[in-house]
Amino acid sequence: MKFAVSNTPIDVAAVRKAVADNSCGALAVFEGWIRDHNEGQAVVRLEYEVYRPVAEKEGARIIDEALEKFGVSHALCIHREGLLELGEVAVIVCVSSPHRGEAFEACRYIIDETKTRLPIWKKEHYVTGGSEWVNCEQCASAGHSHGDH
Amino acid sequence: MKNTARYFALFREQTGCESETIDWAGGTAAELFQLVAEKHESLKTEAAALVAINDEMAGWETVLAEGDEVLFFPPVAGG
Repeated sequence: MKFAVSNTPIDVAAVRKAVADNSCGALAVFEGWIRDHNEGQAVVRLEYEVYRPVAEKEGARIIDEALEKFGVSHALCIHREGLLELGEVAVIVCVSSPHRGEAFEACRYIIDETKTRLPIWKKEHYVTGGSEWVNCEQCASAGHSHGDH
Repeated sequence: MKNTARYFALFREQTGCESETIDWAGGTAAELFQLVAEKHESLKTEAAALVAINDEMAGWETVLAEGDEVLFFPPVAGG
């Protein structure tokens, strides 16, 4: 398994273990957490919608690309779906390799591609009771200024 | 010809439906989106929207075949 979607809390220790290898001297980990604010609004929880048939296929492709591009030994990414509370791990990327340089680069590549290519959406639920779909990654790539909204 | 259009997240809320069959003259994925956007007034074109055909990511200019299922993805926001 290289990429998976989970509707239960991510077992961080298990993900680290899955990429463990005695020939590797480096492990790069990225965890995405549920933050209590965004765009000036106080957030109470997040809801992730994932279209699994495409997300799983495309997610595995991203991992394969990272393995080939950076020559790392192992890489694994798990993304949550459903309703998440503050502080929960929404996504984890673990990359192991003989040395740290390529592990950092591959880890960055995987999370960046995951954010822009996979059919995953998040809805923020606010302290005020309202909720909204978030699309800031795309705003940024389209040259959209966050000051605009 | 007939195609199935499926909507996700924001698009599903804007159209008020998960999927529908469209009987039309045919064309590209972009043209199908244009057609359904005329039907659902609240469906807004998003520059960063993505499209998949039969569960594979695709380009907006892909010409659709009879029976293709077209998945309209509003701007994604994983992580």
